[in-house]
Amino acid sequence: MPGAELINIINKKLPDFKVVAVTRPYPDELVIQVKAEDFKKVCLAVHEHLSSSVMSFFAVDDRQQQGKFILYCYFINVPLHQWVAVRLDISPADPYFEAISKDIYSAHLFEREIWEMFGLEPKGNPDLRRLRLHDEVWPVGNYPLRKDFQTVTEGEKKDYKFTRVEGEGIFEVPVGPVHAGIIGPGHFRFSVAGEPIINLEARLGFTHRGVEKLFEGKSLPAGLQLAECISGESAFAHSLAFCQAAEKIAGITVDKKTAYWRSILLEVERMYNHVNDIGGIALDVGFSFPAALAAIIKESILQANEKLTGNRYLKGVNKLGGISLKMDQSRHEELTTSLGRIREDFAVLVNILEESVSFMDRVDGTGTLKKEIAEDLGVLGLAGRASGIPIDLRKIFPGVYQEAGIKIITAQTGDVLARLKVRIEEFAESGRLTAEFLSKISTAETTGSKSGPAVDGALGYSEGWRGPVLYWLKTGTEGLIERCKIVDPSFHNWPGLSYAVLGEIIPDFPLCNKSFDLSYSGSDL
Amino acid sequence: MYKILKTRLLKKVMTRSLKPGQTSALESAGLELKKEIRRKFGRSLHIREVDTGSCGACESEIIAANNPIYDIQRFGINFVASPRHADALMVTGPLSKNMEIALKKTYEAMPEPKFVITVGDCALDGGLFKGSYYIDKKINEVVPVVLHIPGCPPSPSTIIQALLDFMKK
Ligand code: SF4
Repeated sequence: MPGAELINIINKKLPDFKVVAVTRPYPDELVIQVKAEDFKKVCLAVHEHLSSSVMSFFAVDDRQQQGKFILYCYFINVPLHQWVAVRLDISPADPYFEAISKDIYSAHLFEREIWEMFGLEPKGNPDLRRLRLHDEVWPVGNYPLRKDFQTVTEGEKKDYKFTRVEGEGIFEVPVGPVHAGIIGPGHFRFSVAGEPIINLEARLGFTHRGVEKLFEGKSLPAGLQLAECISGESAFAHSLAFCQAAEKIAGITVDKKTAYWRSILLEVERMYNHVNDIGGIALDVGFSFPAALAAIIKESILQANEKLTGNRYLKGVNKLGGISLKMDQSRHEELTTSLGRIREDFAVLVNILEESVSFMDRVDGTGTLKKEIAEDLGVLGLAGRASGIPIDLRKIFPGVYQEAGIKIITAQTGDVLARLKVRIEEFAESGRLTAEFLSKISTAETTGSKSGPAVDGALGYSEGWRGPVLYWLKTGTEGLIERCKIVDPSFHNWPGLSYAVLGEIIPDFPLCNKSFDLSYSGSDL
Repeated sequence: MYKILKTRLLKKVMTRSLKPGQTSALESAGLELKKEIRRKFGRSLHIREVDTGSCGACESEIIAANNPIYDIQRFGINFVASPRHADALMVTGPLSKNMEIALKKTYEAMPEPKFVITVGDCALDGGLFKGSYYIDKKINEVVPVVLHIPGCPPSPSTIIQALLDFMKK
């Protein structure tokens, strides 16, 4: 039986537990199907044993074929380089399941999402307010991700209830959804006592576009195009995760050259975004020279992208089973030289920042997210690493990164400075990696392999610049997409921001916010 | 301080260091634009940006139009923090149901005369997101749009050029 070891461990904790089925649809995925009464306990046992937060948790409406809803809750098994999913089948007659979020907080937002989109109630979750279907505009009882949902049926609309902090001298400051900068929309409700923030509630969902539903019924190439438009500055990480899922289903293993190019472009995307955020942090404390320098560096990377791929944001580059680049020698030499120049400029930028005592003082100790809180919330990616959580999919599922020996950069303090430092070092590491990959690319193999197509849903993933981007994809008999579940790291990390600002003053919010730089559209879907 | 000065001197004026052909085209486009803005709005054009559901890349390009290389400000175009200070509203993204009220309110908060510009394919008719259960109106059904700048996303030079062509009308 696949995963026998893990099942034994669960059985030790839960002697009465009988698994329904264990499958290993792909080498890197293990699916444990359980009965309703075991679901919560098994999730908890897996969560504790693997020390993994909930990475993805979603429902699939399979009433047409199998007459049921299916829940998948994904964890990550770092030492075994494997994803572990706990699966539960739910009968439409009893549309609920036992909530796990009281014990595993990182499941909380996912449960609310499952409730609002599918009408499957997580029994025991005390907070079932909707995330994206705003109560003021979307009537109750409409569950858009159900397959039989056609159009909205009119019904009761409500008001959203913010968490209230009460007490003498406490007042609320509402900000947004439209902000002062050129930036996405979100509503932030601060409760302050004097100057310090004692609670921040972020109400998001303003850029909700119903993308998961839009994927349904699309062909894989059309889905790929949509995946690039979920979060614009992460277009490549998203398209890569989508491609991986689609390639797993199609049984395609890409050739080495494609793998190198994909890793190069993933790193280039990381570089332009990291330098953008470093500039943004400088700008938010009013230090305009380095901000301008950072903008110049970002622009040169975007221009290099355009030269290499024809698109500044690397859209349209990933294809199923490959990439569309002319991989001739001249292009890659050009890229090598321009990246060399960019790395020199970057060194100057970092030097200016580090030598400014007032700047360093400003970011040091501001917006601290402690490790324990980050772990409980399930904060991942760059923000997680800055709080001491060493999770990086490039290390866990290395592929070509293995040869280059990727270094995972972490910090312990979890403040703006930590996030800044992790960015700075990751930029340097990405520069090193791209150079290394570029030097190997001309001799890399160009033949991939193909096995038979699979029937199961597959998880595709990439470590984008914000963190892990996950796409779970299931196709139907005609190869059209039946379900696509997207998790952008921003979805995990927004709650982290709400904790990081506690005790800070509102004028520090933009700085803290920029140091996370989360995506509105990636989280709102 | 010394480093800043040194970098500043070594880098010279970045604003011109585009590809030669592009630079001159951009510069002349921009200067004409400045004249037009002077003619129509007095000294400068102030724009307020609102995202009604974009993926973020359109914003990124609008920000890039403000970077030292394109530097749209030198032509008299400023992005402002409040609709009260704005002559024009620049809207990106498909119109999510959740943003309809915010868009209307932002527009209403602007003083007359005012106009609306949409940026990016999504903002025209929903683009790739057309037909979604959460996108049922177009931007121009909620506020009057006088100019659309196509692209996914339009590049900074496209944005500057489009503004110019429009002001010349
Ligand atoms: S037009 Fe393209 S770049 Fe702009 S918001 Fe839409 S998808 Fe994003």
